[in-house]
Amino acid sequence: MESFWGILADAMSLILAWDADLIEIIGLSLRVTVTAVAIACAIGLPVGAAVGSFAFPGRTAAAVILNSLMGLPPVVVGLIVYLMLSAAGPLGPLGLLYTPTAMIIAQTVLVTPIVAALTRQVVEDLHREYAEQFSSLQVGPLDRVLALLWDARYSLLTVALAGFGRAVAEVGAVIIVGGNINHVTRMMTTTIALETSKGNLQLALALGVVLLAMALVVNAGVMALRASAVRAAYV
Amino acid sequence: MTRACICFAIAALMAMGPFGGAAARDEFILVQSTTSTRNSGLFEHVLPLFTAKTGIEVRVVAVGTGQAIRNAANGDGDVLLVHAKDAEEQFVAEGNGEARFDVMYNDFVIVGPPSDPAGVAGMRDAVAALLRIAEAAALFASRGDDSGTHRAEMALWRETGVDVEAASGGWYRETGSGMGTTLNIGTGMGAYVMTDRATWIAFGNKRDYRVAVEGDPRLFNQYGIVLVNPERHPHVKAGPARRFVEWVLSEEGQQAIASFRVDGQQLFFPNAGS
Repeated sequence: MESFWGILADAMSLILAWDADLIEIIGLSLRVTVTAVAIACAIGLPVGAAVGSFAFPGRTAAAVILNSLMGLPPVVVGLIVYLMLSAAGPLGPLGLLYTPTAMIIAQTVLVTPIVAALTRQVVEDLHREYAEQFSSLQVGPLDRVLALLWDARYSLLTVALAGFGRAVAEVGAVIIVGGNINHVTRMMTTTIALETSKGNLQLALALGVVLLAMALVVNAGVMALRASAVRAAYV
Repeated sequence: MTRACICFAIAALMAMGPFGGAAARDEFILVQSTTSTRNSGLFEHVLPLFTAKTGIEVRVVAVGTGQAIRNAANGDGDVLLVHAKDAEEQFVAEGNGEARFDVMYNDFVIVGPPSDPAGVAGMRDAVAALLRIAEAAALFASRGDDSGTHRAEMALWRETGVDVEAASGGWYRETGSGMGTTLNIGTGMGAYVMTDRATWIAFGNKRDYRVAVEGDPRLFNQYGIVLVNPERHPHVKAGPARRFVEWVLSEEGQQAIASFRVDGQQLFFPNAGS
């Protein structure tokens, strides 16, 4: 076994030699994950905010369920989505199995509870501060949720990034529902799993470095967006 | 400013959306197959020739034979190309497939560490070699995943009379993983591993491992192809899928398989119609 740095150097030269396919794979990974996170936010933000700000019977139970669903095993999600989308399953006629859409569905199922649970926590803390004001101003329920989500928006960006981190690094679900088909459903993580199984450990590690760099770029981009928004808010 | 940023971000997301890219593709079929055929690079060599000739794209899902058969039985695939003859014939008998044809063969080998703790290097008799490994209680890493290779391995163990399930967790280690992963684990812990020769030759993490046992007729590894039954599974793309099966079995398809080489070695030997 070579030294870690030796492998890393090999890895970099492999990346440089592997252009077109690699770009396709990175593009698909981003497309699937970003779409899944966007859908998960569209569902998870309002759900989390509702649980975090409304008093209703079973609210604690709802919070516990959301928190536990954060630990959904990707393989189980993959299996469930496979059984739904399989030709023998209820959604079989849609023909979505082994397509990028199937991978988006699986990742959305995986990420939505994370977004919802973390949003609930953020919104609940903020709601404690705002509750008195809301009731004295007689703010309606929808306006409350919107106001809380808006005022917590910077914290919620981090929530979205947590969801992104989970989705982009996940392999168990997408390999089952996507099938890791070359040029169709091959993503960063499934390629890493494939190259590892071929014994091409250097290349697999190189791809891991690429995946990390990709996550870094996305996170830096979001943080830069946030910084400029914060600055704009105080002008 | 903030709103403009958010609007821009949302627009960017929409542009990247799921339904833009992959829609406009030509006709394609889905093949459920095994990791050994994919990992060796056979498909990258053979499939473009078929696609160039017919315009039909072939998408391959490569999993263990057991899982491939189950997926195909669910109707998730047009063609099955695996290596467990009994299971394939059962698949056809149950009405899930039309007919089964021999496609090609290679052989299994048992690879081991250079220290050869069970002293089996150079043996031809696979059953005797496994018996010796069991007697020496030398580490042996098994697929344990109901794949074609796992089935072949279990058939050999049955001949030895050794109860490997009783030894599981001791010297007998079931990885429950694909061939490549099992090889990674096996070479990592110094265990013997039974693998198909194609995966072994194309494998990139051999370390100092070498083939210890080979040449036993019982290590024969036959691949078969089955068209998923369109009467049972009406959405099967029977036309293009049948064309693919016929092409693989044709002189041209068989030539394509024979001409695939890794490091100058032929990995699969066509034997359709024999």
